[in-house]
Amino acid sequence: MKKFIFGLAAAVTLAAFNIGGAFAGKPDNSIRFAYDQAPESVDPYFNNVRIGVIIGQHVWDTLIYRNPETGEYKGELASAWQQVDDRTIEFDLQHGIKFHNGEEFDADDVVYTLNYVADPKHGVTTQQNVAWIEKAEKIDKYKVRLTTKEVFPAAIEYLSGPVVIHPNEYYEKVGPEGMNAKPVGTGPFRVTEYDVGKSITLEKNPDYFADSPKKQGPIEKIVIRFIPDRQTQMAEVLSDGVDFIMYVPKDQAEQLEAVPNLQVVSGETMRIAFMQMNSQENTPSKALKDERVRKAIIYAIDRETMVKEIVGAGSRVLNTICFPKQFGCTDEGAPGYEYNPDKAKALLAEAGYANGLELDLVAYRERNQTEAIIGYLKAVGINANLQFLQYAAMRDLIRSNKAMLTHQTWGSFSVNDVSAATPVYFGYEKDDISRDSEVRDLLKKGDTTMLPEDRKAAYHDALKLIAEHAYAVPLYSLPVYYVATADLNFKAYPDEMPRFWEMTWK
Amino acid sequence: MTFFILKRLGLAILVSLAVSAIAFFLLRISGDIAIAIAGEGARDIDIAAARQLHGLDRPLIVQYWVWLLQIFNGDFGQSIFFKSDVLSLVWAKLPVTLLLGVLSLAFALVISIPLGILAAVFANSWIDRLALSVAVVGQALPNFFFALVLIVLFSITLRWLPVSGSATWAHYIMPVIALGYYVAPAFMRLVRAGMIDVLSADYIRTARAKGLPAHIVIFKHALRNAVMPVVALTAVQLGYLLGGSVVIETIFALDGLGFLAYQSITHKDFPVIQAVVMLLSVLYVLLTLLGDIANAWLNPRLRIS
Repeated sequence: MKKFIFGLAAAVTLAAFNIGGAFAGKPDNSIRFAYDQAPESVDPYFNNVRIGVIIGQHVWDTLIYRNPETGEYKGELASAWQQVDDRTIEFDLQHGIKFHNGEEFDADDVVYTLNYVADPKHGVTTQQNVAWIEKAEKIDKYKVRLTTKEVFPAAIEYLSGPVVIHPNEYYEKVGPEGMNAKPVGTGPFRVTEYDVGKSITLEKNPDYFADSPKKQGPIEKIVIRFIPDRQTQMAEVLSDGVDFIMYVPKDQAEQLEAVPNLQVVSGETMRIAFMQMNSQENTPSKALKDERVRKAIIYAIDRETMVKEIVGAGSRVLNTICFPKQFGCTDEGAPGYEYNPDKAKALLAEAGYANGLELDLVAYRERNQTEAIIGYLKAVGINANLQFLQYAAMRDLIRSNKAMLTHQTWGSFSVNDVSAATPVYFGYEKDDISRDSEVRDLLKKGDTTMLPEDRKAAYHDALKLIAEHAYAVPLYSLPVYYVATADLNFKAYPDEMPRFWEMTWK
Repeated sequence: MTFFILKRLGLAILVSLAVSAIAFFLLRISGDIAIAIAGEGARDIDIAAARQLHGLDRPLIVQYWVWLLQIFNGDFGQSIFFKSDVLSLVWAKLPVTLLLGVLSLAFALVISIPLGILAAVFANSWIDRLALSVAVVGQALPNFFFALVLIVLFSITLRWLPVSGSATWAHYIMPVIALGYYVAPAFMRLVRAGMIDVLSADYIRTARAKGLPAHIVIFKHALRNAVMPVVALTAVQLGYLLGGSVVIETIFALDGLGFLAYQSITHKDFPVIQAVVMLLSVLYVLLTLLGDIANAWLNPRLRIS
């Protein structure tokens, strides 16, 4: 007990007089970044939050790199690759690359990582990112063969995003827990300090390979602090406590535009907003089984005005449930539903709801947008009762078939392919609450066909069907507002990934 | 006195057990732990496996009993979110919360006792009204709002203090003021009432008649008796400050128990929430017990009754 009290007193004293706070920024060529959420694990395979993706892309590398501007694929850890048949790809690997702990990168690392994450017993958090891998085999020290479970044309896209490569010897020894405690990758930055739930410090990897398409810039250090309160984050950036924050609400970002030492940058992201309408057989709202009611809901919402007034610059109205720049996403041939409250009322009356209708609406973010939607619905006689919940609670409601209307968003894990978006909500997955088998089959065909034109055709037909039957309300793409010190040079990309390695100070 | 302490101790243990049961069952009602453990995108089979692995398929009362036994063995389980031992996680955050609580209490006492004395000595004057205004403002302002006002003034406008974090002593100044100011009015009113009472007592009149200087009468004779109830309240308020630091720690990103509680609630990290609730409530019960004992020691009438 005495020992405990002594230890506690010592810790309290240290906490009080630790004057070693990090004062950084432009003078020492570092960037202080505040984010609202800590990742559950730094290991990219064991978290599903954006900050995990950001850290992942800085600390680790992938076999392939996708240029965020042109969409062109280049080798990263792989120097070349070849599609051997519909389910097999062979990779030639780069030579002379070292992990942060000195371990040499070769085929063993790729084979071990891919086989480890593909095994469901290891419980990778985002199964969708790895469930398509059947196995990886070593051909020689710098050559690997990857086999997919079925035909999976989006494999290259996944291999250029969430599928990072771990060092086999280290990972085998320490596992995901050890990797979280002391992360080791090949990336342009290495983790030098990690205080769980509080902060993480990344420092430039001095041995980073020169051939990497992620060109290492001059930034020496990135200090990421987890500050949950948005107002505190804004106060930090205003008082020069941090240099960079993201996901600032539109109204607050607009106020910050007037501050001379700050810059506000907004850009479209791959995150789309939409509403699901539960029309499956045992839906808790019989009204939603009626296509006229679903169409009335779409006609009732003025999406153009919402984008202009509430959502913000960089956003656009969508007509189908996918991000327009994703491979296979199109609204060609899909009916557009303009804002037309009279038509909405007429359709409701035709469906037998001339005196109005009561529905539950479940939502989890951008509450102001949900409330605007509720206002539009009210104007045509639909009373939507809002249930605003944490994401997990909302998902439980949806998956247990207790949700009627949902206000959803989906970021596709930054995967630039429709297979990472539409099938999640219309492919008979757990979140599919419309369940049309024709749509499911078309999506499946798109997901598992090799020829790009055939894939596009299948997705086109599926997206058109979803729009024709009004299974969901496509709303808009969501923009992200970044606020940064005026002296920082950076660019916003649709994948919501701040690329610190290419940032510079003016 | 021994009987009094034993009686209070027994009561404290019962209260702690009741709190542990309420916390346990309320958390179980709030959502399915198996889904939280299995994580996002989990299949039914994964959720079922998590349910079986963690014994969540057993009756609630059995789960509670097992949990209680584990706690007595010092095992609070594993954090679902942070994937580490709950006890070491909580221990690591405790010093920051204790420091914040103790400093906030000291700040509250430092402003409330002089103000209470002044208000009593100059009862019904403008000084009394000023002190009353300070108290009313302190109680009426929600501490999260007051915290933001402090940030705007001291961090953004004057740039004297860092906004958030716990790296240096300067990081504690605003959280301590925001948290301490909220509890100061209760102390101030108690000191004022006690002092007014004592200052009209015969022995004070005698002291004054003897020609003792005013500061000796107030500080040596009156204050000692007037602050007695403050002792008991101090212990209770410290408990309140420790439990009430969730909002302040979250706003100032102070890496303490309150911040941990907020993160755990956000991520449905049940083992951590349970441990934090349990620890804070036991601390609160212990401090109340200490307050009762101190009061009884200072005031024999209480322990006799």
